[in-house]
Amino acid sequence: MNPAVVGTRPGVSRPGLLFAALGLAGLAQPFVQFRANRIVAGEGLSLPDALGPWGWAVAAALTGALAMAIPVRRPAPAGLVLALAGLLGVILFAGAAAGALVPEGDRIARVSLGAGFWLLLAAFALALADALSRLALRPAWRWALLAGAVVAGALILGTGLMDDLSVMREYAARRDTFWREAQRHLMLAFGSLGAALAVGLPLGILVHEAPRLRGAVLGVLNVVQTIPSLALFGIMIPLFGWIAASVPGAAAAGIAGIGAFPALVALFLYSLLPVVSNLLAGLAGVPPGVREAAAGLGMTRAQTLAQVMIPLTLPVLLAAVRIVLVQNIGLAVIAGLIGGGGFGSFVFQGLNQTAMDLVLLGALPTIALALVSGIALDLALEGIDPRKVRA
Amino acid sequence: MTGRLALGLAAILLLAFLLSPESFAPLLRPLTRNGAPPVYTQTSLLSLTFSHLGMVAGAVLAASVLAVGFGVLVTRPFGRDFLPLARTVASVGQTFPPVAVLALAVPVMGFGTGPTLLALFLYGLLPIFENTLAGLTNLPPQVIEAARGMGMTPAQRLWRVELPLALPVILSGVRLSAVIALSTATIGSTVAARTLGEVIIAGLLSSNTAFVVQGGIVVGILALLIHAGFRWIEGRAAGWTRARS
Repeated sequence: MNPAVVGTRPGVSRPGLLFAALGLAGLAQPFVQFRANRIVAGEGLSLPDALGPWGWAVAAALTGALAMAIPVRRPAPAGLVLALAGLLGVILFAGAAAGALVPEGDRIARVSLGAGFWLLLAAFALALADALSRLALRPAWRWALLAGAVVAGALILGTGLMDDLSVMREYAARRDTFWREAQRHLMLAFGSLGAALAVGLPLGILVHEAPRLRGAVLGVLNVVQTIPSLALFGIMIPLFGWIAASVPGAAAAGIAGIGAFPALVALFLYSLLPVVSNLLAGLAGVPPGVREAAAGLGMTRAQTLAQVMIPLTLPVLLAAVRIVLVQNIGLAVIAGLIGGGGFGSFVFQGLNQTAMDLVLLGALPTIALALVSGIALDLALEGIDPRKVRA
Repeated sequence: MTGRLALGLAAILLLAFLLSPESFAPLLRPLTRNGAPPVYTQTSLLSLTFSHLGMVAGAVLAASVLAVGFGVLVTRPFGRDFLPLARTVASVGQTFPPVAVLALAVPVMGFGTGPTLLALFLYGLLPIFENTLAGLTNLPPQVIEAARGMGMTPAQRLWRVELPLALPVILSGVRLSAVIALSTATIGSTVAARTLGEVIIAGLLSSNTAFVVQGGIVVGILALLIHAGFRWIEGRAAGWTRARS
């Protein structure tokens, strides 16, 4: 009995129907929102409203692409190409619509992305995910696709095709701040990861060698991991403020209750549990025979650990790095709330001023960063440990 | 054992603080400066706690029903077509930062409780869905064959065999969702939802360390209690499963 055939009407793919329905709903919704200035209420415009006769052609082309997702016998590579083309098209047409709507030289009019844009984007993104999971491409191809997506994104943004969209207007108004906060965000995410590895690896080895410590160390790290982020970030501020003020030399060593330092420490604390518990699981998973063989070769305990055991735990450690990095890129947003900088400062500024485009300027790069690092590390993980490949 | 004892003491402390925050004022006063109030009184802490927990419970309950429903659907012959897509969406979707989901819910729903509930619900779906899939697709094939051999209908197999066996894994997904929801709801106060985050934010804005500490400790203890409670239920569920099979 083939489960893919049971109950399926011949020639129709149910996921394809879902993508088509989602996309058609998107075409019926306003594609962009136009405002003559930042204050007046927005006016929803469909693709034909925004692009004139060309809009009809674009809408027809998108409808055609969505309809082509329905037949089930379509070869999967064609589905992949279709989804990629649709995704690229939706993004480029949003930029073109903004360019057509904003009069030349006008710095006040605002064009933001509408519900229709997001629904179409979701429809093609789901179609892409479906095609990719069905194709089960070799890792080299998937690396190429990921790199291609990053380069394409950089090209589209760099060539100014999207510059008339209001998110990009917000970017243009604070270009220098944006890159400074981007650097800060990366520093928070990667710095805390580095610190967690530097402390977590020795700590994990110590607990492995002295199993009596296991319960206490993992218990404390589990408690830290459970504490809500705002509470932990908040408590770091007075704590380090107090340390900086009352411990001689602490302030000179860079410890401070304001700025990025409390956020960095909070992220570091959240990162310790995945590193330590994965290292322990990895070390426990080394077959006893391997250890005995190393001892038989005359290796000391330390040599066995450094030259045999640690290399064998590499896949598990890389999995920990994936968990920590994706988690920290997201959590670093909270730093914006406590004056620690990063993309979060745009998110919370935007929420305070009810300026949604500013919120997007902070949220979209964060999501992109988390997605790219998550996918890249998943691919790396498959590369070094083929057993992890998804069925 | 010491862990359980500490947790019990923390629960008693939390209850005492929520019922009578004023009696803790002498403890908190050293954390304030220039005669600032040591205890948050703009809104009653008890009502903030109820509103916070209510939001988390509502969102996680709704997410559990829908996520388990979807999980069952895509593992039946009818929805099998969606299984590869569902797996990808569940794993890629979880790389979306919860705070970003919260921020993006605001343009859709405006400020207040609505966007927070929506974000908690949406983000809560994925861990439960992923665990439901894992639970329902990793069942021992002999058990399913045995159930089939006993003449059970597909519905009976689902209710009496598959779901009970997958329950511990599903519950650990619900625990993950609840802990994340509790944390995200705290940040929800930045979009004007009534949660305990209000206390922490008020403390940060007025540099009143006492507010930050009391808000942080209340949310922290709540998170630990919820985590431990779910662990206990998971243990019991695993016990039933073993006893029945």
